[in-house]
Amino acid sequence: MRHLLSTRDLSRDEAIELLDIAEDMADVQLREVKKLPTLRGRTVVNLFFEDSTRTKVSFEAAAKRLSADVISFSAKGSSVSKGESLKDTAQTLAAIGADAVVIRHGSSGAPLVLAQSGWIDAGVLNAGDGTHEHPTQALLDAFTLRRRIHGSASRGRGLDGVRVTIVGDILHSRVARSNVWLLSTLGAEVNLVAPPTLLPVDLANWPVSVGYDLDDAIDAQPDAVMMLRIQLERMHAAFFPNSREYSRAWGLDDERFARLRADSIVMHPGPMNRGLEISSRAADSPQSSVLEQVANGVSVRMAALYLLLSGEKGE
Amino acid sequence: MAESYLIRGASLADGTTSDILLDGGIIAEVGTGLSAAGARVVDADGLIALPGLVDLHTHLREPGYEQSETILTGTRAAAAGGFTAVFAMANTAPVADTAGVVEQELALGDAAGYATVQPIGAVTVGLQGERLAELGAMARSRANVRVFSDDGFCVSDALLMRRALEYVKAFDGVIAQHAQDPRLTQGAQMNEGALSGELGLAGWPAVAEEAIIARDVLLAEHVGSRLHICHVSTAGSVDVIRWAKARGIQVTAEVTPHHLLLTEDLISGYDARFKVNPPLRRREDVEAVRAALADGTIDIVATDHAPHPSESKECEWDAAANGMVGLESALSVVHASVVENGLLDWTDVSRVLSQTPARIGRIRGHGEAIAVGAAPEIVLYDPSASRSWGTADLAGRSVNSPYLGRTLPGRVVATFHHGYATVLDGAVLETAEIAAAAREARA
Amino acid sequence: MARTVLNHSDISRALTRISHEILESNRGSADLVILGIPTRGTVLARRIAEIIQRIEPDAPVQLAGSLDVTMYRDDLSRTRTRTPSPTDVPVGIDGKTVVLVDDVLFSGRTIRAAFDALNDLGRARAVRLAVLVDRGHRDFPIRADFVGKNLPSATSERINVHLSEIDGAEFVSIEGGEE
Repeated sequence: MRHLLSTRDLSRDEAIELLDIAEDMADVQLREVKKLPTLRGRTVVNLFFEDSTRTKVSFEAAAKRLSADVISFSAKGSSVSKGESLKDTAQTLAAIGADAVVIRHGSSGAPLVLAQSGWIDAGVLNAGDGTHEHPTQALLDAFTLRRRIHGSASRGRGLDGVRVTIVGDILHSRVARSNVWLLSTLGAEVNLVAPPTLLPVDLANWPVSVGYDLDDAIDAQPDAVMMLRIQLERMHAAFFPNSREYSRAWGLDDERFARLRADSIVMHPGPMNRGLEISSRAADSPQSSVLEQVANGVSVRMAALYLLLSGEKGE
Repeated sequence: MAESYLIRGASLADGTTSDILLDGGIIAEVGTGLSAAGARVVDADGLIALPGLVDLHTHLREPGYEQSETILTGTRAAAAGGFTAVFAMANTAPVADTAGVVEQELALGDAAGYATVQPIGAVTVGLQGERLAELGAMARSRANVRVFSDDGFCVSDALLMRRALEYVKAFDGVIAQHAQDPRLTQGAQMNEGALSGELGLAGWPAVAEEAIIARDVLLAEHVGSRLHICHVSTAGSVDVIRWAKARGIQVTAEVTPHHLLLTEDLISGYDARFKVNPPLRRREDVEAVRAALADGTIDIVATDHAPHPSESKECEWDAAANGMVGLESALSVVHASVVENGLLDWTDVSRVLSQTPARIGRIRGHGEAIAVGAAPEIVLYDPSASRSWGTADLAGRSVNSPYLGRTLPGRVVATFHHGYATVLDGAVLETAEIAAAAREARA
Repeated sequence: MARTVLNHSDISRALTRISHEILESNRGSADLVILGIPTRGTVLARRIAEIIQRIEPDAPVQLAGSLDVTMYRDDLSRTRTRTPSPTDVPVGIDGKTVVLVDDVLFSGRTIRAAFDALNDLGRARAVRLAVLVDRGHRDFPIRADFVGKNLPSATSERINVHLSEIDGAEFVSIEGGEE
């Protein structure tokens, strides 16, 4: 794999291969020696133009457990925040000898621009771009779902027929976009639930069903409910009146949680607004996979880095 | 004694073949078998002669943004594209909102000599949308400003727009509106629709253009003024303008070459060369603006030539500047988008790219049909040529063309301005030579 | 042209002999772990374990496993991306005698990687190596303890091992090389 920029480009076979490798990586995480020598001598740069301690730490752990050298480059306080362009930053990283660049950027498409620019030869891994995609988050969500549903028999399998409801700010969510493409590629049925203001105006090309009513979606007994983080700034731009009304209509509160099947999985990409989009009871229940998602993130990112950095260049 | 030119065997827009003699600051003779005595002969066999093109919407960037373009380099680009007059938008630094700035632009254009530079005045002071600029002073200045625009920004305040429309009636002016509701397009990055949702780019909804046009045609009707709509980009806008014209409202409209040819799907690779405002739209919109140009609902083609330095385009999409250079490629793009498919013939092309823009802008000495006594402003175009568009085809300072690497038909072979050549054999003539010719023509 | 060098019963006899030799050198099946290297080594390890369990009915039930070495290879950026296989080690290897099993022993790079992989799993008392075919051309000072067949070959030749569980047929062939 030359780059990992979006889940939309992934075929079913490619996605399953990556998830299977993540299973092998997860096995390694259970050993006493958690480190593999695989990427010894390779340099991975974490280039974060946006703050995200969680994702950055996860990628750092993944690279280090594969014995890569990791350089973390935060935009805050560096020359990037002083107006240095993406081009200059990329050329600097090329001069340092980066083999892979893990990029988080506030502008949709920035990883693709970097990958196609010719400024740098390294593999590019999208760690979240604007409101576009966040492919490793979707991969770890799919990995988590597959493990919950198929257990130790997960290898080689997709998510055929699994019904997933994604709730919240779809319009601004890169997690939602990546999940929509990946989950449907893996055979899952995706249902989006959101206030109409927080859905893109035209979803004709999306392989999803759409609704505005969370109660209807809960009553349909999905196999998994994925709650997205709601940003409170949105209410100032008139996307919804206030947090109370949002929570009442689109929050997974105790009452709605209780109506879910006992084996329905409750997911959240984190960080959570407890009491707003998800209640503590739902978040902390055995049905919640929130902490597994974090742990699985390392395994999935190890698999992605392995695929990016093994094999001959350009493959 | 200025050089005279005999253009031998050109096809006129109506299909007839004729010789054209440019002498003594006018078109001296038109006919077959004209004598070449004392004149430099230009072989125009197979070439179409059109009146020099007039662009009602050009960003020349000077004063203030000379790293992108200057009046000299911008008019070189104009000449390369067959233009003999360009209307220079007001969003310079300082803004062209006083008689002083517009007179300076006029003088720089005259000195460069590649094309007539007709300044456009700002509607509001500093393009801030708060107070009217000195419209009358600009109108009465040596620059003789008749077109006023805050282009780049919309005059969104309805009362200010009404007053501006009313005020310019005093000197037969026109307000050229950049129709974009600012609140509906906050942070907008591309056309709002299925693709913007997939790419995760903030949407620029068609209604933000259409709502302003609807409001403004009603205002123009109410106060009986002339209104011009810049860069119409949506099918809905076409419907509104068609309705307004049917009601007898004095509205004219322009479409850019890029909105005639390019669609939003080019944005899928986040290549900022395709970032422009208003954004590239859907295939349906392109079809609608083409049809509107053919049926006269849209009056003219104007380039919205918007040069930017490479660092403003070689970056992530959000950070990139809006705009494309378009002077050099305009005629070829019109050829590709509406002539090849038969929607327009070459008479229509001379109407939408020369006669009507000159009339809307009230500029003299341009947009006159090729006939004895008319102004010697002519472009010779080879419709049988075809070329893969490259930076060598650009004559301005910036290279942010969306057509690089694309094959476009036709080629401007020669351009004549004030009776002297600015382009010959497809090459723009030297700066010093043109400046000297311009001095001589003025004398 | 491919030429068959071992047929079904040749393979079966070789594995039986290797199983006996393992038991002999280990003096029984106590503290024995047999780890195959995917893909065909894993199949061979399982077969050897079954033979040992037939010979010694009180041999450990969990005798065979699989040791994937992909992540330990030193040629990851030189060849096309390899898809790793699961590692499945039935019991801890601390203090055990580990017999590594592979189908063909060639340069020794795979076995070198296997040593590193084993090292991260624990501290074996001893490590032995069993291969179905030893074709020579070693790049490392590595030697097999138990060999099905020594098969001197040219580097340009290819040795193909077919096992019924994976390939639906059971034979070893050699092809290519200078005529």
